[in-house]
Amino acid sequence: MAALFPFSAIVAQDEMRLALLIAAVDQSVGGVLVFGDRGTGKSTAVRGLAALLPPMRSIKGCRYNCDPAKGCAVKDGCAVAGTTAEATWVPVPVVDLPLGATEDRVVGALDLERALTRGEKAFEPGLLARAHRGFLYIDEVNLLDDHLVDVLLDVAASGENVVEREGLSIRHPAKFVLVGSGNPEEGELRPQLLDRFGLSVEVKTPGDLETRVEVVKRRDAFERDPEGFMAGWQSHDDAVREEITAGRNVLASVTTPPEMLEKAAKLCMALGTDGLRGELTLIRAGRALAALEGAPALAETHLKRVAPLALRHRLRRNPLDEAGSTVRVERALQELFGGAAPGPVLVAGVAERRAV
Amino acid sequence: MAGAGATPRDSAAPWSEALLAAALYAVDPAGLGGIALKAHAGPVRDTWMSLLQGLLPPDAPFRKIPVQISDGRLLGGLDLAATLQAGRPIAERGVLAACDGGTVILPSAERRDGLVIARIAAAMDRGLVAVERDGFTSVSPARFGVIALDESVDDDERPSAALLDRLAFHIGLADIAVGGALDVPELAASVASARTAYRCVRIADASIEALCAATLVLGISSLRAPVLAVKVAQAHAALMGRSSADDDDINAAARLVLGPRATMLPAAEPDADDQSREPEQGEDAPPDQPPEQTEEGQEPLEATEPTVQELQDLVLAAAIAAIPPGLLAQLKAAQMARSHKSASGRSGALQKSQRRGRPAGAMRGELRDGARLNVIETLRAAAPWQALRRRDASHRAASANRVEVRREDFRIMRFKNRSETATVFVVDASGSSALNRLAEAKGAVELLLADCYVRRDSVALIAFRSKTAEVLLPPTRSLVRAKRSLAGLPGGGGTPLAAAIDQTIALASLVRRGGQTVSVVFLTDGRANVARDGAGGRARAEEDALASAAGLRALGLKALLIDTSPQPGPQAEKIARAMGALYLALPRADAHALSKTVRAATSPGARDA
Repeated sequence: MAALFPFSAIVAQDEMRLALLIAAVDQSVGGVLVFGDRGTGKSTAVRGLAALLPPMRSIKGCRYNCDPAKGCAVKDGCAVAGTTAEATWVPVPVVDLPLGATEDRVVGALDLERALTRGEKAFEPGLLARAHRGFLYIDEVNLLDDHLVDVLLDVAASGENVVEREGLSIRHPAKFVLVGSGNPEEGELRPQLLDRFGLSVEVKTPGDLETRVEVVKRRDAFERDPEGFMAGWQSHDDAVREEITAGRNVLASVTTPPEMLEKAAKLCMALGTDGLRGELTLIRAGRALAALEGAPALAETHLKRVAPLALRHRLRRNPLDEAGSTVRVERALQELFGGAAPGPVLVAGVAERRAV
Repeated sequence: MAGAGATPRDSAAPWSEALLAAALYAVDPAGLGGIALKAHAGPVRDTWMSLLQGLLPPDAPFRKIPVQISDGRLLGGLDLAATLQAGRPIAERGVLAACDGGTVILPSAERRDGLVIARIAAAMDRGLVAVERDGFTSVSPARFGVIALDESVDDDERPSAALLDRLAFHIGLADIAVGGALDVPELAASVASARTAYRCVRIADASIEALCAATLVLGISSLRAPVLAVKVAQAHAALMGRSSADDDDINAAARLVLGPRATMLPAAEPDADDQSREPEQGEDAPPDQPPEQTEEGQEPLEATEPTVQELQDLVLAAAIAAIPPGLLAQLKAAQMARSHKSASGRSGALQKSQRRGRPAGAMRGELRDGARLNVIETLRAAAPWQALRRRDASHRAASANRVEVRREDFRIMRFKNRSETATVFVVDASGSSALNRLAEAKGAVELLLADCYVRRDSVALIAFRSKTAEVLLPPTRSLVRAKRSLAGLPGGGGTPLAAAIDQTIALASLVRRGGQTVSVVFLTDGRANVARDGAGGRARAEEDALASAAGLRALGLKALLIDTSPQPGPQAEKIARAMGALYLALPRADAHALSKTVRAATSPGARDA
């Protein structure tokens, strides 16, 4: 419908783009939270990402996007029964959870049409089903109704949506990358939800003239001629898509040297992050970055660059510490690894293309 | 050079500026976002509104969003009446989708619920409304502009920053008279022709750079501001019949879009400052021009380009001239507004409990305003009666598979809504308190802040010393801001207790109007020695304080007064009694003990989660 601003045409915001690319390469990093200033292209980036994700295989006609390699996971409720079903290519779902969505549409509920016209009891899958194997995007995630947040937390943790109501009993897989964005001035995010995101990005409005001018110019060009602008960036978007595909293909072969595991553990200990989730995410995100860059093994530079993303929102909140969590992560990195603070986090290939 | 409105600050200007904004808006309502109009209801506003409507296409929607609007009406959902009649689900189009191609009018914009604003903003950003409600999924185009009518009396209330950020124009019609006669049809004709020409208006890179540079100098952080300014310059040029934007157009954009958003003035006197500041930006900019121009093919504009330096001076001067007087006061209001999210919107905890929160089952009820139908429960309630009802209705042409739902079947949603709590801390920073107790008080407040963060309560801070009481921090959940303002709190001076209580009453009433439960914690030794009018003298000061305390009591809030003096005296207790507050003498308590006490005294009932 409306024209989409191309992902590759987004100016600056390297960290946000990196986080999204990592999540695209390895969906198991567990979601991305983008929090920051108004008008920094948060939702533009997420919606732009949708346009360049490589398609995936799915069972034809399956309402739950089931993977043909594994067969349909839903016993009753999927239109297709058994594993003999035909496979087809579908775009990776990037499902928007709009503000004001009601719970019945999120988790799924009685099919109204059939209930009203035919008096049948049938399950109508909701947004969680639609987002299976893809992304679920919540803009203004901090304004989401508390009861919906609870539902999401539960499903994101278990990878399964269980509906037991109105005489319906349905259980279907719902594994998705939760992507949330918001502006902290409108209200803070519940700490429990914060922890569920694998990566967290803080976006700020760029303060240098050159970047701002570039943002305004591209926006102007896009609004004058959306189709032309999109066409002009098509090849750049294609290149990013190839990068994601290549990254996925090599991800499994990226090796993880034991000393890197040790370093990740040390870093998490130094920062006092709760639980193992931080460490796991740090390693996974580091490997995904290595895969994106075509590196054969996880290296220190990868860890350093993803550490702020993977850890900043897991630090135990110390209300009396002045320093922001990003600073604390960087401080710990410096102490452990020495050397300069982590450089620009941008994926090398993307940087080159931007200079064109 | 001197086009319309080139003399921004002469006496007749405000009205013509307001008209210019209306005309520019009418060129591209959705693209320019809209107009925040600060004005009281009255003939001036009515005249302006009817002029604006005259400039818009006659068939374009022009609709008000009532203050009490449900999500169903705003976004769309199940049209119950039609559904029951048809026997199959029929969607209702929401107001936002119905306003596609037109204008949404938002009365009382300053009191709108943040959630309503967020929904409107989401539709503005995408130009469409996505609905996932009541069993429906739909996406409808919704390209509209917003006229936000800001009817606030003082600076305590402002429309939400999220909304203001998206509206190109922020204009005020207070204290101005309707200017000379206007040939509306003629203006409407030029608006109509500008509407087609506007997208093709070229704008020089140097002009874009000048507008961007001005946003930096004026402390305008949002990138939407320069984007909107560029569009306004284009619209202005199109309105004047030009095919490329000239100085006059850039000037108008700076004046209308950037001026009202300024959050700071250039450090020194603007003209002198420009000389020292601009050159470096001028040097920065040119190097990245050539590659851009090859991409966009904008070379022909070179001819009209003055030097970058000149242009930037011009833009800045125009924007500064348009900065309203009393910038500082306005900034303060802006800060208030930013943290007002939870305090905005109408009050009424009862209504809220039918509209959001955790679902707590359904109940029989009427579909009155704000209530949400629980379709499933309603259908379930109707189901057993179907056979009977069909028999009754058989003489009518009821189809066999239509579900008969009657009014008595209606089930509405019930929500358990944990009422939000705001705690107002009133900290005595006077000389008598400051010396020994201020540090503990600060420490305790910090600990309580951390606690409030966990409970998702908001916190406000009032400090009093010397002659006045000041709201250091309007209700917020932001720990960082709270901490910062607390850390910067100086001590010393007299004890203007009466002023502090008055300030507390004002703030507490405001917060309560927003639907929050307020509790108040005073940390003071109660030794008032500054009267309400700022004069010294213990006797009068105490008299005033007691009078104010009675006023606070009338509000019926949960209040706590902690006597922080080393030797607790009768004064503080007397004040506490007068304000109906719990009195606690804690002469030796440290920060931890203080925070524990306050928590115990204020939280029961607010901690069911």
